[in-house]
Amino acid sequence: MKVSRGRPLLFAIPLLFVLSGCDVLKLSVMNYAGPIAASQSHLYVIVGIVLVFVAGPVLLLTPLIAWHYRLSNKNSAFRPNWNFSWTLEGFIWIPPIGIVIGLGFVLWHYTHTLDPYRPIASNLPALKVQAVGLDWKWLFIYPDQRIAAVNQLFIPVGRPVHISLTSGTVMQALLIPQLAGQIYAMAGMTTQLNLAASRPGVYRGENTQFNGTGFQNEKFNVIALSPSDYDRWVEHARASAHPLDAAAYAELFRKSSPPQPIVFSSVPQRLFQNILVQSQEPR
Amino acid sequence: MMTQGIWPAVLGRFDWHALPFVRAWENPTASEIIGAGAALLVIIGAVVVVVLITRLGKWRYLWSEWLTSLDHKKIGIMYIVLAFVMLSRALIEAVLIRMQQAAAIDNAGFIAPDHFAQLFSTHGSIMIFFMAMPFLVGLINYVMPLQIGSRDVAFPLLNSISLWLTGGAAGLMMVSLVIGEFSTGGWSGYPPYTELAFSPGVGPDYWIWAVTLGSIGSTLTGINFAVTVYKMRCPGMYLMRMPLFVWTSLCTSILMIFAMPALTVATALLALDRYLGFHFFTNDLGGNMMNYANLFWLFGHPEVYILILPAFGVYSEVVSTFSTKQLYGYTSLVLATMAIALLSFTVWVHHFFTMGQNADINAVFGIATMTIGVPTGVKIYDWIWTMFRGQVRFTVPMLYSLAFMMTFVLGGFTGILLAFPPLDYLVHNTLFLVAHFHNMLIPGLLYGMLAGYHYWFPKAFGFRLNEKWGRISFACWVVGFYIAFMPLYVLGAAGVARRTQGMFDPIFRPWFYLAGVGALILVAALGALFVQLWVSIRERDANGVFAGDPWDGRGLEWSTSAPPPEYNYACIPRVHGRDPFFDAKRRDDPYAPPASYDAIELPKSSMTGPMIGVVGAATAFGLVWHMWWLTIIGVLAIIATVIARSFARHVHQIFPPDEVKRTERRWLRAVAEATPTSREVEMTSVNQGVAEVSS
Repeated sequence: MKVSRGRPLLFAIPLLFVLSGCDVLKLSVMNYAGPIAASQSHLYVIVGIVLVFVAGPVLLLTPLIAWHYRLSNKNSAFRPNWNFSWTLEGFIWIPPIGIVIGLGFVLWHYTHTLDPYRPIASNLPALKVQAVGLDWKWLFIYPDQRIAAVNQLFIPVGRPVHISLTSGTVMQALLIPQLAGQIYAMAGMTTQLNLAASRPGVYRGENTQFNGTGFQNEKFNVIALSPSDYDRWVEHARASAHPLDAAAYAELFRKSSPPQPIVFSSVPQRLFQNILVQSQEPR
Repeated sequence: MMTQGIWPAVLGRFDWHALPFVRAWENPTASEIIGAGAALLVIIGAVVVVVLITRLGKWRYLWSEWLTSLDHKKIGIMYIVLAFVMLSRALIEAVLIRMQQAAAIDNAGFIAPDHFAQLFSTHGSIMIFFMAMPFLVGLINYVMPLQIGSRDVAFPLLNSISLWLTGGAAGLMMVSLVIGEFSTGGWSGYPPYTELAFSPGVGPDYWIWAVTLGSIGSTLTGINFAVTVYKMRCPGMYLMRMPLFVWTSLCTSILMIFAMPALTVATALLALDRYLGFHFFTNDLGGNMMNYANLFWLFGHPEVYILILPAFGVYSEVVSTFSTKQLYGYTSLVLATMAIALLSFTVWVHHFFTMGQNADINAVFGIATMTIGVPTGVKIYDWIWTMFRGQVRFTVPMLYSLAFMMTFVLGGFTGILLAFPPLDYLVHNTLFLVAHFHNMLIPGLLYGMLAGYHYWFPKAFGFRLNEKWGRISFACWVVGFYIAFMPLYVLGAAGVARRTQGMFDPIFRPWFYLAGVGALILVAALGALFVQLWVSIRERDANGVFAGDPWDGRGLEWSTSAPPPEYNYACIPRVHGRDPFFDAKRRDDPYAPPASYDAIELPKSSMTGPMIGVVGAATAFGLVWHMWWLTIIGVLAIIATVIARSFARHVHQIFPPDEVKRTERRWLRAVAEATPTSREVEMTSVNQGVAEVSS
């Protein structure tokens, strides 16, 4: 068969599209950068493979049977009054139930091991971070280092990170696809998220819960650094002489997204707890 | 001027800037001009309709024959007309959303964030409450009483009131386009964002009252349908002989009765917060939005099955009819339907796996969610085995059914992924989720409703819809769906949040372009549907099926003329099996006239429904704008209407035996004169509505 000249182009365009398009998945959990995201990614593959066997028969049988038993095919059987078979009934009830039971065990196991509240096993103590969702920015407080950053989360590679979340405004949700799944942040309440990075890099984070006209701007980068680089960053932050004082605090609670990330060289004691209490006080 | 003297008492919080025209005049950006254009479109549309009706002199006819009618068939048709109107609006909004996202990659785009948020909020609210719900309620209204051999629903007046409450609520949605603004809190209206502290404007109030009116209407509808199925079946129509569509209608009604009140309560509590300073869901003084999330999804998840079950019923009817075969596994299908209905109340937490509850709770709800996949899968196989050893005809409704089975399975695939809490954590609130639920609702609801529309249209209007345009529309709905939503799975996996007005990475661009093209194809699909209607009406004489049975139908609904007389059946039929009409055609003459006709009593038209609906909407409008006088007058008028109606004496009309006889004779003559049609040519003009019976 001779391939016409138009053919390669016809294939090349969609192929190029798919190739360039798949770049997008670099931002997804498929390109994981930490143990939690790695497990989640594996779980996607496991469940995906099982589901191919669930969806496959329907995708094959529907067109095949519909076409074979078309009215114009005079060679196919016609049994207008046939309406039941115990064997078929067994086939359509029992294997799906079996699969759901099997997947149920997988689900139970992974839901517990990947519980966002579950600390990540490690020799190193977890780095404590407190995240506050604001309109339209994230404030990350490092209570032990007494520093804070807005729309930028520096973490050391190889050390677990424990994030406590709350909101200084409406409900938000924190998602860093390459590191860990999301959890809501709600005013007056604390939720938790454990994650860790296994290689240095810049990973995107965002609020995924719509919270007003600045929602689309509420993005941040997670910057995973080697432990020494991370320590240097902490020193650098402390030395920056830009404390989170009353004026800066008021500015944070204004509805806006800072054009650049902000680093605070010091934060007041119990800032996170104060925000928690404050958001429940009558307005 | 409007803040002085008597004006605040009269106009509440209205001022000129509530009008999009004023806003567009003062700030002529693309976004404001689109808003003003949409408002203008609503006004022009209303004016054109009014002028047209006046010019044609049809007001009296419209009022007495349609708007005040208690005939379940006419009410059903009006529901579906409403659904198409609202579908048109919400689909255009969807296209604007897609165009904005395609345009706004590292760019402001052409729709401002606040306007964009209104678009996705109205799109979602309309598609669920004012497109999907009216469509399925309309279809059930038309078909279910016919299928159970009844002359009407159990409570015809209540039926009209439900229609008008839904219509009034839909009207409120349209008014929000012209006066003021809509909520920006999405179709789920999550507080605390929708609380006064964060959304002080009229938007959330429009949402609250539109949804509240609609949900009351739906609760009443649920009660009405359930009682109809329980009490109005003809002799011999045992529960296990009911057509599957009746079963799914019953399950949907039960779900409506139990699920809709949760929504009414949720919106009512939110209204208390906003109007009277309560603190159910506020951040401060002990409010907790988690309670709202639970209440809302306690409604919201069964709602998904309220939407999908009737479509399952349609597919059961369509696949069986167009395979000329008994439904495979009837009992299995009934059990699966009931199982789905029950399980639908046990999975609501999967809408917020990410709210911080412990792993045990998430796992239990995750497994419950997967469990629903079993009966759903069973249903799909039941339809496949129904085609097995049948004679499948690829008519438009059948094409929709096949497209549904294959597309819905993909949605089920991603649904099981989402049922895994650890996987949900990654794609919750992203476009992946958006793709998933559109993947369930477009094939699972819209295709089903369109299949039902094509299937029963000849019954309702007496002529078949144009086949060619039906296929064009079908192709566009299917191709458009895939092109519009498959890219969203990829984008969602890459972490693109839903409801995002702008993007910052060119890497997303090709996928958003593709999705935008898909959205345009979906608009073409709707356009083709309207062209089809136009063409079909013009060709109606050639495609008439007055005799009433164009598809070699199986259920009772095919055993009357098309359209059926107002009383449906001259004599209440008696049923001996699951496919009564199909069997009767093969056993003896199903068109044999009875020995004599009796007088038939039916409810007379009533203006109670329109009154309550319109006044209800006005009351809600008063609440939205704090025009308390309007609210007070509205509430009093509704109470007065109900009292006045309870004194009405002549609420029935009688069809005398002679008239019934004349009507029936005319139909039977048409049946006798029609040439029976074989299945090979049922899609051509040869089809006059009498089936050729081979054996």
